[in-house]
Order: sequence, then C-alpha cells, then structure tokens
Amino acid sequence: MPDVLMEVRNLKKYFKTKRGPLHAVDGINFSINKGETLGLVGESGCGKSTTGRVVLRLIDATDGEVIFDGENILDYNKTKVRTFRENAQIIFQDPFASLNPRMSVFEIIAEPLIINKKAQSRQDLRKQVLKLMDTVGLVARLENAYPHELDGGRRQRIGIARSLALKPSFIVQDEPVSALDVSIQAQILNLMEELQKEMKLTYLFISHDLGVIKHVSTNIAIMYLGKIVEMSDYSSIFKSPLHPYTKALLSAIPIPSVDIKRERIILEGDVPSPISPPPGCRFYSRCFERMDICKDTDPELIEYAPNRQVACHLIKPQSNV
Amino acid sequence: MPNNDNELLLDIKDLTIHYITEDGTVCAVNNLNLSIKRGETVGLVGETGAGKTTTALGIMQLVPNPPGKIIGGEINFAGENLAAKNEAAMRTIRGKKISMIFQDPMTSLNPVIPVRDQIAEVILLHENVTAAEGLAKAEEMLELVGIRSERAKDYPHQFSGGMRQRVVIAIALACNPELLIADEPTTALDVTIQAQVLELMKRLKSEFNTSMIMITHDLGIVADICDKVAIMYAGSVVEMADKYDLFRNPKHPYTIGLFGSIPDIEKDEEMLKPIKGYMADPANLPAGCPFSPRCELATAECHTKKPENIDLGNNHFVKCLQYANQGGE
Ligand SMILES: Nc1ncnc2c1ncn2[C@@H]1O[C@H](COP(=O)(O)OP(=O)(O)OP(=O)(O)O)[C@@H](O)[C@H]1O
Ligand SMILES: Nc1ncnc2c1ncn2[C@@H]1O[C@H](COP(=O)(O)OP(=O)(O)OP(=O)(O)O)[C@@H](O)[C@H]1O
Ligand code: SF4
Ligand SMILES: [Mg+2]
Ligand SMILES: [Mg+2]
Repeated sequence: MPDVLMEVRNLKKYFKTKRGPLHAVDGINFSINKGETLGLVGESGCGKSTTGRVVLRLIDATDGEVIFDGENILDYNKTKVRTFRENAQIIFQDPFASLNPRMSVFEIIAEPLIINKKAQSRQDLRKQVLKLMDTVGLVARLENAYPHELDGGRRQRIGIARSLALKPSFIVQDEPVSALDVSIQAQILNLMEELQKEMKLTYLFISHDLGVIKHVSTNIAIMYLGKIVEMSDYSSIFKSPLHPYTKALLSAIPIPSVDIKRERIILEGDVPSPISPPPGCRFYSRCFERMDICKDTDPELIEYAPNRQVACHLIKPQSNV
Repeated sequence: MPNNDNELLLDIKDLTIHYITEDGTVCAVNNLNLSIKRGETVGLVGETGAGKTTTALGIMQLVPNPPGKIIGGEINFAGENLAAKNEAAMRTIRGKKISMIFQDPMTSLNPVIPVRDQIAEVILLHENVTAAEGLAKAEEMLELVGIRSERAKDYPHQFSGGMRQRVVIAIALACNPELLIADEPTTALDVTIQAQVLELMKRLKSEFNTSMIMITHDLGIVADICDKVAIMYAGSVVEMADKYDLFRNPKHPYTIGLFGSIPDIEKDEEMLKPIKGYMADPANLPAGCPFSPRCELATAECHTKKPENIDLGNNHFVKCLQYANQGGE
C-alpha cells in the first residue's frame, strides 16, 4: 500500500459575490500518495487554483476536510498552520508577479530561511542560498541580480529555489510553466522531475495543458465548473476517456504530428456561470451525449474500476467481470 | 478572382526591421524570407521575441516608427512592393486586401460600439454600399461565424472570449481579403473554444480561398491548419518547408529541439529533450549563427559565420551551416 500524504473530502469553496455565492469548488474528493503527482486539469475558471489555495490554507474552505499526514489542516490554529506551511509550498504561473521586484535573487531565496530562523549564521545562510541556486540551475553570479533583469525561465527557477528553501514535502504547482516558451518549459519540467525524485516530493500539479499534465502526473483529475468529472492513472484517461467532457477535451488538443488524425468533437456554447450553477450535471448544457436524467440529477463520482472514477450518468461501475 | 494557384501572393525578401531605442538597437527581424501562394496557409512559428509580430506589422506597414524602422528588404504582395508604398496607398490595402487578427480581441474591438456596427464600418470604408447594405452584410458575417442576429447589437463586453475572437474574425473577413494574418488568434482561449475557432477559420479560409499567415508557438495548431511552416528564431526564418516535410523530416537543430521539448501525448517518455540555454537577445545577437550558443552541433565556423538560406530542394529551405554543401539540386 502506498502512503497517502493528502486526502481531500467533500471540499467546497464558495466566494461571496454581489450576484450570489460563486461555487468555485463544489464538493471534490481526491487523494495524493507520497512521492507522487496528482495532475489537476481543466479550463479557465473551473476551480483549479482555488483548490490549490484551499488545500494550503491560503484561503479558507467553505466546507470539507483536508487530511495531511493524518491531520485535518482545516482544523489547525494559526501556529499549526505556520508549521504546516513550512512543509507545504506553492509555485505560481507568473514568476514575475510572485517575486518582489525590489529584492535581489539572494534576498528572495533567503527570505523564508530568515523568517523561519533556519540559518545559524550569515555564512550558513549564504551557503544554503547558493546551494539552492545550484540545485535549480542558477549560476552563483546571479545572486545580486533583480527579477526584472532575468528572463521568465530564470525567474521561475528563483521561485522554485525559494519554495524548496524550507525543505517541504508537498508543493502545489499552479501552472508553473504556462508562461514559458516550450524550449524553456521542457527544462523546468525536467528540473521538477529530478527534484521530486531526489527529495521525495509530492506534487499537486495544476495546468490547462493536457500534454504537460500527462507528462508529469501519476494520477490525473479532470475538473469542470467546480467538480471533478473524471480521475484515474495518467494513461487510462488518454487511452479510453469515459466522461464526454474528457473526450471533447482530448479531441480538442492540437497534436503536433501530421501522421495522427483525430476525430474532433466540437462543443457548442461556453462554460455556464459558477454562480447558481445548473442543478443537474454541470456539463449538461454542452454535452453531446446528454439524457433527460442529466438535466436535474447531479451524477456522483463513482468507482468505475480500480483507480478509475467518473461522474456521468452514462457510465455504470464495471461489475466484477 | 485570380485563377493561377501557383502564383505567389506574398514574397518577402531579406526583410530587416530594427527598433532603435536608448538602450541599443533591437534587431527584431533580420534578412527574413517568406513566401505564400494564393490560397495557402503558412504557419509562422517561434518563441517569445522571435520577431513574429514585428514581421506581421512589417507586412501591414504598421511598425511603430519611432522606435521601429524597416531597414531593408522587399515585401512583394500581388506583384507590388508594399515597403515602397505610402500611407494613403496602404490604407486602401489594409482591411481590404490584407487584414490582421490580433492575439487579444479587445485590442481590435471598440468597447462602445455594437459589434454589428463595427463590422459595417469596415465594409463601408472599403466597399461601395449603402449604410443599410453594410449592416445587412455585417449580420451575414456574424451569422457566418456562429453569432445569431439577435446578438448583433450587443457590445463586445457582453460576449465571452471565444465569441469576441469570432467577431474579430468576422471583421477581418468582411471585405474578403486576399491575405489574412492571424497573430496567435487562439492563445488566450481554452482548448475547447480554441477548437471551435480553428474549425471556423479552416472552413472560412477554404470557402473564401484566403491565403493566411498563422502566427503561433503551437506546433499542434500548425499540424492542424497549415500547408506550409516557417520556423523563426532571432528574427529569421531558419527553416521553411511543406508541413508534411517539416514534421517528418525537420532539418534545423532548433526545429529538432522544439520537437524534443514538447511532451508527446501519444507516448510515455521519462525525460524531455530540451534545448539548452536561453533565447537569443535580439539587442545583442551572436556574431555567427544566432542559434550557435545553444546548438549541440555548432562548430567553430558556426560562431563566426552567418548561415545563408539554403535550398534543399522540394521547397525545403534551411539556414544552417551543416547543410552548406547540400544546396541546389
Ligand atoms: N477571490 C475571489 N472572489 C470571487 N470569485 C473568485 C475569487 N477567486 C476565484 N474566483 C472565481 O472562482 C472560479 C474558479 O477560479 P480559479 O481561479 O480557481 O479557476 P482556475 O481553474 O484556476 O482558472 P484559470 O485556468 O483561469 O487559472 C472562477 O469563476 C473565478 O472567477
Ligand atoms: N516597440 C518596440 N520597441 C522596442 N523593441 C520592441 C518593440 N516591439 C517589439 N520589440 C522587440 O522586438 C523583438 C521582437 O518582438 P516581437 O513582438 O516581434 O516578437 P514575437 O515573436 O511576436 O514574440 P511573442 O511570441 O512574445 O509575441 C523583441 O525583442 C521585442 O522586445
Ligand atoms: S549553423 Fe551551426 S550553430 Fe547554427 S544551427 Fe546549424 S549547426 Fe547549429
Ligand atoms: Mg488558475
Ligand atoms: Mg507577438
């Protein structure tokens, strides 16, 4: 049995808005094993970043549980949250916006070490920072540079070094490579993978790019309008997608090859508003396989097969055949 | 309608565009060569700062001056050199014979005018029609891009991102241009919405027999929609070929590196094969081949000598010294 590091149960996050509660995350369940990566994928506004922020307690949940190493972190008081945060870090999409422009590379990476009193002396601090810079592939001469002097790839490396400073066991990666060019993206993805192996890190990896998600993930969860509609190991979803939304999403990815032709499913319309979402299946308005029952009855996420879950009225559990 | 399908509609020769700034000269486009036949779609692919947008602005004669300046080269469009035309002449070409779609639809839409009226405006500017005819044609165009006439009087902010981009496409195609330049038209959209828009563009360009330059960094989009591909690096087209040829038989080390960097959805691979190093800085380009600092195959010569455009035959061109002795055919 693999060790579960994080288990999320019936997690909800509603934002108050003038037009009523916005159901950003609406009752999701998943778990992540130690040393593995859960890829969270879905289109803009489906609730990926909100999920990432709630499981780190960067924002408060509306309901549900987040069990981390056996304890529900949603019950933690301030001091316990602080120690939890040393252990659980986040890396953002836009490395520029998330780095303080007035701080040098050295200061940015040193800051968490200073705040959490992790350095014995000036020399020790410098040693730790230079080691972190080396780990992420930043040459030491950049220690006095400022973020605006560096390109996106190097800036993202600073963000990674900083997130590693407190030796976390868990990192939420929120679109860490989405702003980067493909040749730089590949460097960063390889770096993350090496770090994960060396430091036994567990990742919640958020992206809208299915190619990236497939490459990095152990398991994949597909989100649509605040819900997980399908979840499985990284390959089954690609080999035999079950949920109509997954099928449409996969068929929509342009494949960089002239020798593979895919039948394309073109979805009609746009994603409905997360304020007063439809009562039945969230995908009903765009689904090309919808039935009457889908309109008013919300399908539950069921165990279709071992390590394969799906929420769609069309799909019944595979019985013991 | 022209009937010679093999005729070159656009033929760019040695185009060079610089931005002259206080901090130095940005060599954004350098001796760029690119050609398009009538009805053909060319994918212009490259990473941030490669000079894709500057090339497009160059064709439209819209490079902001200052700081931008076309230093040299020819932009032959339907037999005439656009680089030699004055502003008045260009105004009759832009929006009529050549139109452009920008990445962010809001930059090309006026927030305080209903979408139908914005399309009609372009039609009235270029075509000899009455106001009523213009509005009717505008509604037809909206219908064509899948926006029903009851929404024709809505304002841009009342539409979703995908719908706005469809309105922009309707404007761009309203006067049936011979060349459409689309600058990352779907980068800001979700994949399922992107699929809608790409499908629409494919249908319309074949219906209207429009030639198109599709600017993108996504080789998947190129495989889907283009006939020909031009790979740009540091302001030059470093490889250009028929789509099938380029995907099956890439020649330039940069092109090969790009393919190695993309996670392959069809295969399980442990590690990607990235290109080492970082993008070339167009304000400080290397002396020899612009790709030489990152190239695994670079020889001493590559660091000092600029590669020429080499014709490998079969309309496959490459700028790389490795192929220097293979030219002709
Ligand atoms: N602070 C907030 N107040 C109100 N609504 C919010 C807030 N933060 C997020 N939302 C809304 O919650 C929903 C989910 O947003 P979230 O940022 O989690 O989406 P996402 O999947 O990360 O999207 P993207 O791919 O665009 O980053 C969206 O409808 C968003 O507008
Ligand atoms: N107005 C300007 N003044 C100075 N430099 C400019 C200006 N516009 C563009 N540049 C520079 O010219 C180079 C080419 O820019 P361009 O926008 O053409 O690239 P691109 O290939 O379209 O990139 P992207 O993928 O980021 O859109 C870049 O280094 C850019 O910083
Ligand atoms: S010319 Fe040399 S450095 Fe440039 S791409 Fe070819 S082999 Fe590499
Ligand atoms: Mg997000
Ligand atoms: Mg651009």
